Amino acid sequence: MSLEMDTAANPQGLRRVAIDPVSRVEGHGKVTLLLDAHNQVQQARLHIVEFRGFEKFIEGRPYWEVPVMVQRLCGICPVSHHLAAAKAFDRVIGAVPVSASANAVRRLMHYGQILQSHALHFFHLASPDLLFGFGSEVARRNVVGVAQAHPEIAKKGILLRKFGQEVIRITAGKRVHGTGAVPGGINKLVTREERDSLKRELPQMLQWAQEAVDIAKQLHAHNPALYRQFGNFRSNLMSLVRADGAMALYDGVLRVRDADGRILFDGVSDQKYLELIEEEVRSWSYMKFPHLKTLGSDMGWYRVGPLARVQNCDFIPTPHAEIERQAFVAWGEGELVHATLAYHWARMIELLHSAEVIGELLDDPALLAGELLTSGQRQRSGVGIIEAPRGTLIHDYDVGDDDLVTRCNLIVSTTHNNQAMNEAVRSVARDYLNGHELTEGLLNHIEVAIRAYDPCLSCATHALGQMPLDVSLVAPDGRLLDRVQKSLPQGLVHLTDPVLR
Amino acid sequence: MIDMALHRITPPVLVLAWGNLSRGDDALGPLCLAALQNTLSQGLRDQIEFLEDYQLQVEHVLDLMGRASVLFIDASLDCQAPFEVTSLVARRDTSYTSHALSPQALLQAFVDVQGDTPPPATLLAIRGEVFELGAPLSPGAQHNLCAALVWATDRIAAHATVSSVYAVRPASDTTTPAAHPGLARACAAQRR
Repeated sequence: MSLEMDTAANPQGLRRVAIDPVSRVEGHGKVTLLLDAHNQVQQARLHIVEFRGFEKFIEGRPYWEVPVMVQRLCGICPVSHHLAAAKAFDRVIGAVPVSASANAVRRLMHYGQILQSHALHFFHLASPDLLFGFGSEVARRNVVGVAQAHPEIAKKGILLRKFGQEVIRITAGKRVHGTGAVPGGINKLVTREERDSLKRELPQMLQWAQEAVDIAKQLHAHNPALYRQFGNFRSNLMSLVRADGAMALYDGVLRVRDADGRILFDGVSDQKYLELIEEEVRSWSYMKFPHLKTLGSDMGWYRVGPLARVQNCDFIPTPHAEIERQAFVAWGEGELVHATLAYHWARMIELLHSAEVIGELLDDPALLAGELLTSGQRQRSGVGIIEAPRGTLIHDYDVGDDDLVTRCNLIVSTTHNNQAMNEAVRSVARDYLNGHELTEGLLNHIEVAIRAYDPCLSCATHALGQMPLDVSLVAPDGRLLDRVQKSLPQGLVHLTDPVLR
Repeated sequence: MIDMALHRITPPVLVLAWGNLSRGDDALGPLCLAALQNTLSQGLRDQIEFLEDYQLQVEHVLDLMGRASVLFIDASLDCQAPFEVTSLVARRDTSYTSHALSPQALLQAFVDVQGDTPPPATLLAIRGEVFELGAPLSPGAQHNLCAALVWATDRIAAHATVSSVYAVRPASDTTTPAAHPGLARACAAQRR
């Protein structure tokens, strides 16, 4: 877990290549590569402009509003924030555990969210890279290109996502701005008609989810060298697991493995996460760098998300996904799989697992009848941890006697993966950019590495014309050497005559 | 052809707005949608499906199916104030630079996935200025919203057949109305 390229020894003599923002990643990110005169990468950093105003946005609000309010933090995974906040305030009002019905409805909502998010990521954000190649024509390497060349794959992706969203609509009450989860439980059950409508669609979804795993597996099998090498670096892994070691995406205890697969920490209560990790601020990034307290920032950083979860658990408690987990483990040939592109394979295993869990939950009678709410002794604070599609999501609140939130700490999966994404950029830069001229396809290798983590940056802001891709090459003295801009409707435009073209 | 989500009666007109209510002027799309729902008569509302989302995504292809016309509404940083109206054509573009598609790319996805011509579609782009988390709607955006709402309500109300309301202007044409008699009424409805 070397940090060798974090800071160059002599940055004054280097040129700078900036990719800003990272395409197909929500919000704005910027990759900075400092090159020497021979195009050798000497320094690589991923700058993420994260809004640190999230916590202030929440503080001062009545706690019962927060599970709805936090959905506006992210337009991609609002349900994860919704549920993590609800779980935290369960603690505040002493509703531990919630009722069987609340547990079933929330889990159904959560696995619907995992399914729809993973489907979007694989079929529409990652598959263009994987199907066409990282250096392929830009016009093909997007979701519309996939739809044109592989309409059946695109259709399945659309319908899998639609199914997941229908699960969310039924459990959360609305397609967006859902209110289904409240502190202490839920505010509605699922009707028999709603349940039956989902059950009718489920067999098809299970089949397509299995096919999605097969696609990911075949991609690895067809080009093992690429998939083993690309963005391959060693790291610790962190996720929730069930008390018996099973994969747990909604609730569980924290487990950490080291890069060799040894369990470093296990059974850590979600309420005690601050005994396990701490966050570090670095001068060149707006985003914090979490790490394990006992190992420090150099050795204690870790990865979260599908790659961590599939390997951190001892087994997956649904049959077909467990078969696929075993195949994934076998691919590692006795060692943990650390390759960045394996995130996609692991993500599809979780997609299949989610479809299977949804099937189990649809047979749970607690969905249709039972207590909505519980409560107990009021507490002043509460932590809710959930495995969101991109990784571990932590919501931590203090609430005053007046029921207003007095402190809020959110650690999103992108923050957990901050160091790992930087490491991925460095790894790819080392392997693919040294000694090469900078082309759009080549730069896209870096974006492919970042996209594997599906980072959620400045979430949920979108307005027409707001998201150009701006690639700049800047000399150490600040002089612009090259600039490439991608924007609507012109596409990719070279604004200067680049030095490296 | 995809047939999921067609087990219900599909209103001929889709009004699809997107944005984030907690990010200042990014709320323009959803606010305009809500105001339209409050302003239009029941008879007109019965012919329209109103959809709101955070972002335009590929699965919205399914929402385009079976429509006679579609009105997209979004906040815009680069349109003229108070708003612009543009007839859309399917087009491949670079909107894959985020998790969100452009309306044109969504129409193209419809063509590619469905193998059919998409419904006539119009974009109502409302000028916004401030998009920070927790920011309120800016005064300029409030004015722009009212003007856009007047255009949309009048346009719908002026046509007996709602399904023919939209997509009547060439792609380069824009509408930027000045003060309008219906402004006060529409804005009052929007504020409610």
